[in-house]
Amino acid sequence: MSATARIEATLARIAARNPVLNAFTAITAERARTHAAALDASLAAGRVALPLEGMPFAVKNLIDIAGLPTLAGSKINRDRPPATRDATLITRLEAAGAVLVGALNMGEYAYDFTGENVHDGASRNPHDHNRMSGGSSGGSGSAVGGDLVPLALGSDTNGSIRVPSSFCGTFGLKPTYGRLSRAGSFPFVASLDHLGPFARNVTDLAAAYDAMQGPDDGDAACTDRASELVSHELGRGITGLKIGVLGGYFREGATAEVLATVAHVAQALGATQTLDLPEAARARAAAYVITCTEGAALHLDRLRTRGGDFDPAVRDRLIAGALVPASLVAKAQNFRRWYHDQVLRVFDGVDLLLAPATPCTAPLLGQTELDLGGKKVPLRANIGIYTQPISFIGLPVVAVPVTLPGAALPLAVQIIAAPWREDLALRVAAYLEAAGVARAPEPRWP
Amino acid sequence: MADDSLDQMIMAGTALLGIPVQPEWMPSIRANLEVSLKLGHLVDEFTLPDEAEPAPVYTP
Repeated sequence: MSATARIEATLARIAARNPVLNAFTAITAERARTHAAALDASLAAGRVALPLEGMPFAVKNLIDIAGLPTLAGSKINRDRPPATRDATLITRLEAAGAVLVGALNMGEYAYDFTGENVHDGASRNPHDHNRMSGGSSGGSGSAVGGDLVPLALGSDTNGSIRVPSSFCGTFGLKPTYGRLSRAGSFPFVASLDHLGPFARNVTDLAAAYDAMQGPDDGDAACTDRASELVSHELGRGITGLKIGVLGGYFREGATAEVLATVAHVAQALGATQTLDLPEAARARAAAYVITCTEGAALHLDRLRTRGGDFDPAVRDRLIAGALVPASLVAKAQNFRRWYHDQVLRVFDGVDLLLAPATPCTAPLLGQTELDLGGKKVPLRANIGIYTQPISFIGLPVVAVPVTLPGAALPLAVQIIAAPWREDLALRVAAYLEAAGVARAPEPRWP
Repeated sequence: MADDSLDQMIMAGTALLGIPVQPEWMPSIRANLEVSLKLGHLVDEFTLPDEAEPAPVYTP
């Protein structure tokens, strides 16, 4: 199929489904058509096909698209001038042949696990339109889970790629902190922010990841490591890999369906060893403290001048964050180093760890409380309990979607590797996909 | 911390930082601050040696 034909089919599908899913906030149709036509012309003239030739993709609207203001899910950023250039990751995906088709809905300023947005409306779950897509990359999960596009980019500070992957049933990669450039994206928590891809299969996920790797002076946290390509490694299987299952904290509060899903994946991988991460609850607490305080510092001027223009739920969390004593933040950063060292010791004995991505399947839109092990807790603050202790120290994770027989909704399991070992997590994801255990389910559509 | 003490902390802190707060925002700010301080306390009570280094290291 030509790039032009593929883009036209994608634009038609977006036109049909987006009015329900509300995944997109901008559709760059003319740009996409022009780019696709250029790809087709150069291919006809003898160019070698590119790894992502003609693949449509869309990006969370905190990622710069030349000519559009970078909204970051907010009303306030609509006053910003349009971006003058594309973000690094868009440039790299397009250099590999992918075609940008638009910008995606998200929770305001990425401080969200629900996919709801008071300005743009909620992005909806493709498997039950009355349920949450998850956040904050809700539009990314909805667009890929709903099969509007095969590939999307999102960001993950505390779980914002892995939570929508779980609720919407997509593959998602949160790489090692610093692996992929964040240049040209609107920040949230500089010491925790990551960008990464969503896809409907592991081949596309890995191909996009390969295309985006490499140093970038535009992001102070971006690694100087050369690209470590993984696509050619996906078929190597799992022989020789030692895989453990996280217990303790990572089981507390989970529904029976979540625990059964992790057990199903563990069985498929022959993973029988259960391990604990030391002080995981405290790690989640420290991530929370760093997030609310760094986020508050980022938005302090806007809180002073535009308080009424925020989503109230986000504003009030940020104001609270501005009031947390600095001494607690310093202690959280000291704890972070200690915890990092302890967790790396766990990887002396295993190559990979399994954990749930979320404590439950997608909640209903508008839900504000969560039943966590029989206790009612605030939903927004607790959806990410299993993702936060992992991203806190920047470990790479592939979220793999699994739908148990008879289950109505998907869930994701986190495949967690040591720093810089995305290759191992992606190999395991490919193995699970080939075995029929992990799969992006077809969206519900009349 | 008692509601009164938290409310005083919110009013004094936001005044110091120059953040205007509407009265109807107070219950939600207080609820969020309670969660943040509770989790901050969980970090605070964990004993680390004086030599413990923070995670981010400045490289000149």
